[in-house]
Amino acid sequence: MEVFLQTLVSGILKGGLYSLIGIGMTLIMGVMGIINLAHGQLMMVAMYVTFVCFHYLGIDPYISLLVSMPALFFLGMAIQKFTLNPLMEVESILPENQVLMTVGIGMVLTEIARFIFTSDYKSVSTKYSNATFFIGEISFSIALTIAFFIAILFTVLMFWFLVKTDLGRSIRATAQDKDAALLMGVNSKRITTMTFGIGSALVAAAGTLLMPIYYLFPDIGGPFTRKAFVITILGGLGSTVGAIFGGVTLGLAEAFGATYIGMAFDDMIGLLIFILVLLFLPGGFKRLTKI
Amino acid sequence: MRKAAPLILLAVLLAFPLVVRDHYYQHLMILVLMWVVIGSGWNIIAGYTGQVSFGDAAFFGTGAYTAGLFATKLGISPWWGMVFGGVTAMAVAFPFGWITFRLRGAYFALATLALNEVMRHIATIWESLTDGMVGILIIQTFVSKVPYYYIALALAIVSVISIQIIMNSRWGYYFVSIREDQDAAESLGIDTHYFKMVSLNVAAFLTGMAGALYMNYMGFIDPEVVFSLHDISIMAILVGIVGGVGTIYGPVVGAFVMVAVHEFFRTGFFGFFKGLASITGSDAITVFAKYVSQAHVLGFGILVVLVILLLPNGIVGDWNKIISKLSPFKRKEVVG
Repeated sequence: MEVFLQTLVSGILKGGLYSLIGIGMTLIMGVMGIINLAHGQLMMVAMYVTFVCFHYLGIDPYISLLVSMPALFFLGMAIQKFTLNPLMEVESILPENQVLMTVGIGMVLTEIARFIFTSDYKSVSTKYSNATFFIGEISFSIALTIAFFIAILFTVLMFWFLVKTDLGRSIRATAQDKDAALLMGVNSKRITTMTFGIGSALVAAAGTLLMPIYYLFPDIGGPFTRKAFVITILGGLGSTVGAIFGGVTLGLAEAFGATYIGMAFDDMIGLLIFILVLLFLPGGFKRLTKI
Repeated sequence: MRKAAPLILLAVLLAFPLVVRDHYYQHLMILVLMWVVIGSGWNIIAGYTGQVSFGDAAFFGTGAYTAGLFATKLGISPWWGMVFGGVTAMAVAFPFGWITFRLRGAYFALATLALNEVMRHIATIWESLTDGMVGILIIQTFVSKVPYYYIALALAIVSVISIQIIMNSRWGYYFVSIREDQDAAESLGIDTHYFKMVSLNVAAFLTGMAGALYMNYMGFIDPEVVFSLHDISIMAILVGIVGGVGTIYGPVVGAFVMVAVHEFFRTGFFGFFKGLASITGSDAITVFAKYVSQAHVLGFGILVVLVILLLPNGIVGDWNKIISKLSPFKRKEVVG
């Protein structure tokens, strides 16, 4: 029973972070209609920013959120403005050109990171990296618990932003119907640029929060990109609520898989869920929640 | 002239190994021909049918492993893999397409990416069958590269001609109609699900055969090589896009260009900087040369970005655009 509860707790805590990754992805998906296959690589960049802040400047990882999020916000905006927006005007046969472009951008980011930091494993070890506290028999990792609550905070803020503010409304309008939004006076090009920035900033937050308990190397982006798209498919393309459910489900599935099946299958479990969703729930949780 | 061009190309290719005796260049040409086959496969599903595949390595690796396992587990010639590699790749493609083609939009592209990873994990984890990360080593049939060259050439010719036949037949028009407007195609009575499956299976068959050829030629495979996302799947997309999406000879041009570019970056501009460093004796250039060959994947990534931005329809597809840009005598547009 303890093992079960322990797995449940660590699954949910990890799921909170996955939700943050998923929301960023699903926002971009909703507004632009494409899957961003450089999502994990953007997270990798944020993790390196955190690493540099900690290692060379001595800034605590949680404070370096103030550095990594704006940095990735502007990087995301630049990527959208200079590489993805021009593609919209280019006449081409394949609609997936933008997706291909994100793959190329992911490759470039990974290789630049390898160029600067080499392929060695890096980590940020703080006082609380390995610290835990207990409730009953169940142990909670302090860093992961803090990360979970910050992730929830960001999720709530994001919802408030999308529902209450003008910019948030414009983003939702663009996601629902780009042409109609354009007719209502929404500058959809500016909105897509902003959205890519916000999505990147959210995944940057997830990366920075993960840094005290995780290790880092340039190729770490790939697995997280795959996790992100599994979450988005699970939640339903473009659905924010779905992304939260999807993130928690993936976190739980990975935790239970690691405990009861074996660590070697860690990456397989996400992909297995992906196939199961395609088979039995095409459209994801969005079909159940309707949001 | 236009009609004679393929024949001239064919004559040049037939004579190539007899004229160029250097093993290195023969090796590069065998790779080019292999990529022609893979690129043609990618082109039929992505370029003509409009279902972009990000996981060609899944079919390539399946074909390669089929040939390898024939030799190591069954003890029969790995050349049988040339036929059965295509068939097993189709056996993977069939259920996969059946599931994913029910959904529209980004699902197929994402699912191919997932299939790529799943196949690599299976090949890594299922050690009793595939020997996992150890890989498969077989003894090559021929010492000389010339027989491999002609086999690869035959395969490339067969794939280009069969694509040409398919695209001039009824099937070809169905494929293009699915790409252009699926709803319209369906309303005209085309079974889009069925013809997407046909297209995917043709692509898988060709790619699987190329995989088996790779196994026979290289003599060694492991999961990281044949199921590689960057080196196989992305390269296949690049071959298709650089050459020209939805053109018969696009993959041929694309394979030439991409193998040359890949080699260009990998060897550090064919040892240009290394030579320059040894002539001038400058340490800075030596260091620079080292960085250039280390960063070959970076160069490759930048190339992806530039190609998609500047040549979205490839060299063959945008040929007229390139000519008009490069031409010093700009012809005035005739209005009227």
